[in-house]
Amino acid sequence: MTSRGLVLQRRVLVLSGAVLVLFLALPLMALLLSTSFTDFRDGLQHPLVRPALRLSLLTTLCSVVLVVLFGTPLSWTLSQARGRWARTVETLVQLPIVLPPAVAGVALLFAFGRRGVFAGWFYPEGHSVTFTTAAVVIAEVFVSAPFFVQAATSAFRRIDPELLIVARSFGATPWRVFLRVALPLAAPGVVAGAAMSWARALGEFGATLMFAGNLQGETQTLPLAIYAALESDLRAAQALSVLLMLVAFTLLLVVRGALRRATEAHEVTS
Amino acid sequence: MSEQLRATLRAQVGLLSVDVTLSTETGSLVIVGPNGAGKSTLLSLLLGVRPMTAGKITIGETVLFDSDAGINAPVEHRHLGLVPQHYALFPHLNVEQQLRFALESSSTPLQATEMQERIDTLLGDLSLRDLAKRHVDTLSGGERQRVALARALSVRPRALLLDEPLSALDVHSRREVRSFLARTLETLALPTVVVSHDPQDARVLGRRIVVLEAGHITQCGTWDELAATPATDFVREFASV
Repeated sequence: MTSRGLVLQRRVLVLSGAVLVLFLALPLMALLLSTSFTDFRDGLQHPLVRPALRLSLLTTLCSVVLVVLFGTPLSWTLSQARGRWARTVETLVQLPIVLPPAVAGVALLFAFGRRGVFAGWFYPEGHSVTFTTAAVVIAEVFVSAPFFVQAATSAFRRIDPELLIVARSFGATPWRVFLRVALPLAAPGVVAGAAMSWARALGEFGATLMFAGNLQGETQTLPLAIYAALESDLRAAQALSVLLMLVAFTLLLVVRGALRRATEAHEVTS
Repeated sequence: MSEQLRATLRAQVGLLSVDVTLSTETGSLVIVGPNGAGKSTLLSLLLGVRPMTAGKITIGETVLFDSDAGINAPVEHRHLGLVPQHYALFPHLNVEQQLRFALESSSTPLQATEMQERIDTLLGDLSLRDLAKRHVDTLSGGERQRVALARALSVRPRALLLDEPLSALDVHSRREVRSFLARTLETLALPTVVVSHDPQDARVLGRRIVVLEAGHITQCGTWDELAATPATDFVREFASV
């Protein structure tokens, strides 16, 4: 092939990729370009914004803490386990990633709703967690935990198994191996997982709407406030969207930074 | 050397069936053999990280494994010092912290002063004192090996297991580290099992050489015995170097 032909082929490949990049960037650019700083500032003054922002921060903080607290031991266990049951649990835990949020909402209603299958286990007859702030946290944990578990499990799996065997050979207890060897080595991946999980919780809409409703100050998080604002004040919707986009972008940078550090640390150890 | 390691190991690892009897009564052992013969598997059986189908492992009077008596001490309770092939140094700890981690992991922790003394002695013995605060990724191959050895010895193990202790080194440092390791092992008076694929290492590091082929011992003896009467083609080729 002539050198001209080589250049042409390379250009076709690059241009085909550029089409998708452009498609992904256009809506975000449109959002930024159509929102002036004054619009952004005024939009944030809308009465929907402050309660939603506070609620979103509160609930996502709760859900991330719960996800990390219970997800870290689970991820560690899954990373060390071989065999069918471990693979089954892993698949089950990942299911919410591919589940449509509306289905997640319905499933949560059937599980923990007033007449839910497991309602009797958690609260007395006639009471229900639905349409409360706690329901928002439950919905967020449900949809965001898999992202954390997936990232943390693969971070734990990247640890050289010989390090763990050596630690055990000194007499280190399972707790000590976990806390002093596994966790520090997997930390960048665990942090990346927590950030991804937080981003997912922050953007959660469908399951929250169905399971927790859209009550201002109680269950109306930022995405639900955007939805509500679209009907009354477009500027508020725009401002909230820009705000969420900036937060998401920041989280993405954190994730990528943490993952890069994890890869570098892995390269050093191997 | 009073407390000796004696082991009869039977296990099925994938397609490989292992059936081996070892003893360090006549001195430290070097296990040699072709790739896939089960050399490293042997160490993991002694260590207790792979299941055995039958057998017995004792060090002196202490029983680590006995299928007949239903005894199977976990890795944590076997007190075996391990130096893995690539040393498995903790990448987040400096040299001194490697030893401290090992000592703090022990079920009978030392007093702070005693611990510091032991760390200082070992760092001195293995010429690591100047490297105490160095991060392990800044060390040379030979230095890393000395750290791994010091760390394994810090907990006063009942026996020492070394998996290809020189294979991660380049040719130049290899000769130097080999003789250092041989001298150190000689003075330690600890039952030692070394796995190696290198004839030079085998010759220097152990009193007796155990030849393992397809999970079974095909010959056992000193280097000179192996060279004089090789039992298999592998031994003939190995000892002709």
